[in-house]
Amino acid sequence: MGNKQTIFTPQQLDAYQDCTFFTRKEILRLYHRYRDLAPQLVPLDYTSRPDVKLPYELIGSMPELKDNPFRQRIAEVFSEDGEGNMTLDDFLDMFSVLSEMAPRDLKAYYAFKIYDFNNDDFICKSDLEKTLNKLTRNELTEDEVRMVCEKVIDEADLDNDGRLSLEDFQHMIVRAPEFLSTFHIRI
Amino acid sequence: MDHSVNFDPSVHYLEPEMESPIDEAAVHDSFSHLIAEQTQDSHFNDLEMDQLDLDEEARDDVGYLLPPETRASEYQQEPPHVDHWSSATLRILSSMPSRTIGRSRGAIISQYYNRTMQLRRHRQSRPSIRDFSRSSRPSIRGYGGVESHMGDLNEEEAKRERLVNNLRNLSTSDRVRMLKAMPLSVMEKTDLRRQAFWHKESPSSSSNIPCCSQIKDYLMIVARQTWYSWLSLLSSLQLWQTALKTVSGRFGTGVLSYFVFLKTLLFFNLFLISVTGLFLVLPQAIFSPLRSNSTGFYGLELLTGGGYFTESVMFYGHYTNATLKKDCAKDSEVGCGNISYNMSLAYFFTIGAAFFVTCIILVYTMSKLFGQSFRIDKSRSILAMKVFCSWDFKVIKKTSVKLQSENISTQLKELLADVGRKQGEIPILQRLARISMHLLAWSMCLGSTVACVVGVYYFSGYMHKDLEIRAQNRHFASENPVVKEASLLALPAVVSSINLLLPGFFNIVASLDKYDSPSVRNYVAISRNLMLKVSVLGILCYHWLFRIAADPQSLHLECWETFVGQDLYRFLVMDFIFTVLDTFFGEFLWRLFSQKLLKRKRKPVFDIARNVLELIYGQTLAWMGVLFTPLLPAVQIIKLICLFYLKKTSLMMNCQVPRRPWRASQMTTIFISLLCFPSFLGAAVCVTCTMWSIKPSENCGPFRGLDTMIQSGKKWVKDLEETNSKLAWLTWVHTYLVENPVIFLFVTAMTFLVVIYFHTQVVDGQRKIITLLQEQITNEGEDKKFLITRLQSIHEKNRPLSPRRTREASEVKIFLWIYFSNILLLGDIQKQLIHLVFPFSLFIL
Repeated sequence: MGNKQTIFTPQQLDAYQDCTFFTRKEILRLYHRYRDLAPQLVPLDYTSRPDVKLPYELIGSMPELKDNPFRQRIAEVFSEDGEGNMTLDDFLDMFSVLSEMAPRDLKAYYAFKIYDFNNDDFICKSDLEKTLNKLTRNELTEDEVRMVCEKVIDEADLDNDGRLSLEDFQHMIVRAPEFLSTFHIRI
Repeated sequence: MDHSVNFDPSVHYLEPEMESPIDEAAVHDSFSHLIAEQTQDSHFNDLEMDQLDLDEEARDDVGYLLPPETRASEYQQEPPHVDHWSSATLRILSSMPSRTIGRSRGAIISQYYNRTMQLRRHRQSRPSIRDFSRSSRPSIRGYGGVESHMGDLNEEEAKRERLVNNLRNLSTSDRVRMLKAMPLSVMEKTDLRRQAFWHKESPSSSSNIPCCSQIKDYLMIVARQTWYSWLSLLSSLQLWQTALKTVSGRFGTGVLSYFVFLKTLLFFNLFLISVTGLFLVLPQAIFSPLRSNSTGFYGLELLTGGGYFTESVMFYGHYTNATLKKDCAKDSEVGCGNISYNMSLAYFFTIGAAFFVTCIILVYTMSKLFGQSFRIDKSRSILAMKVFCSWDFKVIKKTSVKLQSENISTQLKELLADVGRKQGEIPILQRLARISMHLLAWSMCLGSTVACVVGVYYFSGYMHKDLEIRAQNRHFASENPVVKEASLLALPAVVSSINLLLPGFFNIVASLDKYDSPSVRNYVAISRNLMLKVSVLGILCYHWLFRIAADPQSLHLECWETFVGQDLYRFLVMDFIFTVLDTFFGEFLWRLFSQKLLKRKRKPVFDIARNVLELIYGQTLAWMGVLFTPLLPAVQIIKLICLFYLKKTSLMMNCQVPRRPWRASQMTTIFISLLCFPSFLGAAVCVTCTMWSIKPSENCGPFRGLDTMIQSGKKWVKDLEETNSKLAWLTWVHTYLVENPVIFLFVTAMTFLVVIYFHTQVVDGQRKIITLLQEQITNEGEDKKFLITRLQSIHEKNRPLSPRRTREASEVKIFLWIYFSNILLLGDIQKQLIHLVFPFSLFIL
């Protein structure tokens, strides 16, 4: 692979390195992962910043995401257009946040966005219902889902407004030590 | 909506402090400082706000007032009562700390400024804070103003400019770290980065990063990666991990606790066998090889432990009381010297030390478990954490994903069952009927237990008599040894069948008294089973120590210790055989029978109480027997491993999921305490009793010729003192620790109790404080609601503004602000308290 240097300019690589939690090597590796999803679409030369987007169907078929119940949400949250179609930048961004080096508040911010299905900046009952159904593959009855939702909001809602704001969410995350290790995709 | 377009870039400076996942402890106060600052300034801010408010009221421009469009849409989705907030109320709401603290760039930037300024002052000793001091104040005006001008490009540009300035003033490594942690898309970050580096030498920056910090980062990554891989290696090494996961996924934590307990027992036995094997069996086997055995091998010995095994390292009788000496070549180097190994001493101290260490491990495990299950901050956010934090994004295998969601849903159901159980009022008559039912059930259980115990007592007496007659009568001497051996199996078989049948009877009785919660039902079942096992074991101990050991002559026993050891071995093996039979007939055949013939859908339910008590019973036997049979833990290990696979297979095949799932949060704690209190303590009492007061056999074993086993230690210390007078203190220590330990035990127990008392008091106090704070938070939430409605009503009444009303409204706003800040502050205090208190609770015992 002698042509590795020509994929990105050194400046581009530096920029990526400064903006993500990846090293040069990992960035190149991720690029190749990205390209492997659709070799015919992704050019070998990224120095001129080509405007390439991979559709969600391709992104969601990655083995890392394929069986994840939240794969669509993850793709939507990290994609520029909000529909799961990802540029290389979005792709890097996604795995950077999900890497082990990302600090907790950053992870919590994006986790909050992932669970916030209707994008209203609050996790409300309907968001929770969707989360639960995805988590348990519709194993719980409607009644149980309703009860869990009520309890969760009751537990985590500090300011009593009936839904979880980012602050409530972060407050809860602080007390969940396992969050850092679970909100992590190894690539 | 797109996350990166939706937000003004500077909003995303959420990261007031660049904590890495490692230093989590530092995070909790990240906002408290800020909030304190805000509370101080709140009055000032409110004045500012009012000023603004007046202008706005005059214009009454809703679009202007509203923060980003998202917020507008959000309020339209709200339940009806919030539907028509007036614009001013809306604005107040949106600028409340609970809404802004995570997003308000003004606030976050200010904190960030403060930090970087401090950093710079340290480095340059140049107080340049004046340039930024104004903007470093958390200004509501700034926030509200800019937010409302979302569309305004100029405003956004200004904001961005300030940010870029911010970044520029940082050192390069800080800047990069800051940039990395921003929740922005890579594109925008690159943009910011370009701007931030513009004024500096060149955009190619990586060379600017100080070499050492780069190396530090690199080292950190490497260290973390090795740590993670080490962790994953460790977790993959853990015994039966996948099996346990499958069980917990299918059957919940109640059944899982049985298997976890089994695993714990396995480790205890591994420890025991490694100690006895290393210090007793190995030296004995090396120094005095097995004598040739003339007796034939029938196969029955595997059950009885007699015949061939009698004269092996397995039993006490084989061990020598001599001092083992290694034969050195006569004139070898200096290093050889005389290596001697006093077997009786080794025997005494090995058993003593093994018990002592086991005791410490047990107490430690118990205290840790108590700390975990009785947390100070009990019920808060367990469910929420389960929902949001339990999904492991790393898992990519299809089966594991399925397992994980199965697991989560079972756990959620258990949690719900815990929460949803309500204590309904029961009429007196019904309650009376219930109590009488309970009484009846208990008396039936007690009666049957007593009957069984009496039966065991007389049966063991009868067997003893029978043995005596056989021993004294020459007539039996020519009898087939196999028959003789087999007759020894009668008592273990009877006891094991009692152990098997009576719990079944208890279960039938338990269907009489209906306890609501499955955990109470389990506790009742456990206590009944415990009662049975403890009394049976008590009778057996009496049988061994006071019938056999006290008068070995009547049985013509050469070595009563070996005999008792064999008896214990028989009990252990019999117990295992009966468990296997029970699993086969009770679970497998019963399932086939009820499904095929009775055409019932139901499968048997796994009986946690009985199975756990069986394990505890077996372990007690193993502990009691280790003195007489140093290899008994090995037998127990084999038994446990077989049991694990047997029970797991049977569980998967034959049992159904418990109909009402319940959380066994404190189950493991209870099991370990049971293991500690009646089981281990009973065994320890038995063993010490034997060592301290019963005369060992004259002709066999390491203690032959001594009055009691403890004498060996005494003799050794005395010898030591004679040969080396400097070691006199050792005699003293020995006298007080081993021979006369009452004072020592008393003092340690007292200190221990005092420490525990203090800790519980501290924890109790903190728990009270936390409840108070939680109450306060809810109260303030109520206040907030009240104030907001009040504000709303004032605004509604006064479309045409009167100055007095405005003042009133502004007062309400000030209150609101203070309340909000307080609420968040309280949340923070609570958070800190929890982290402060938690280590104590771990140490509670």
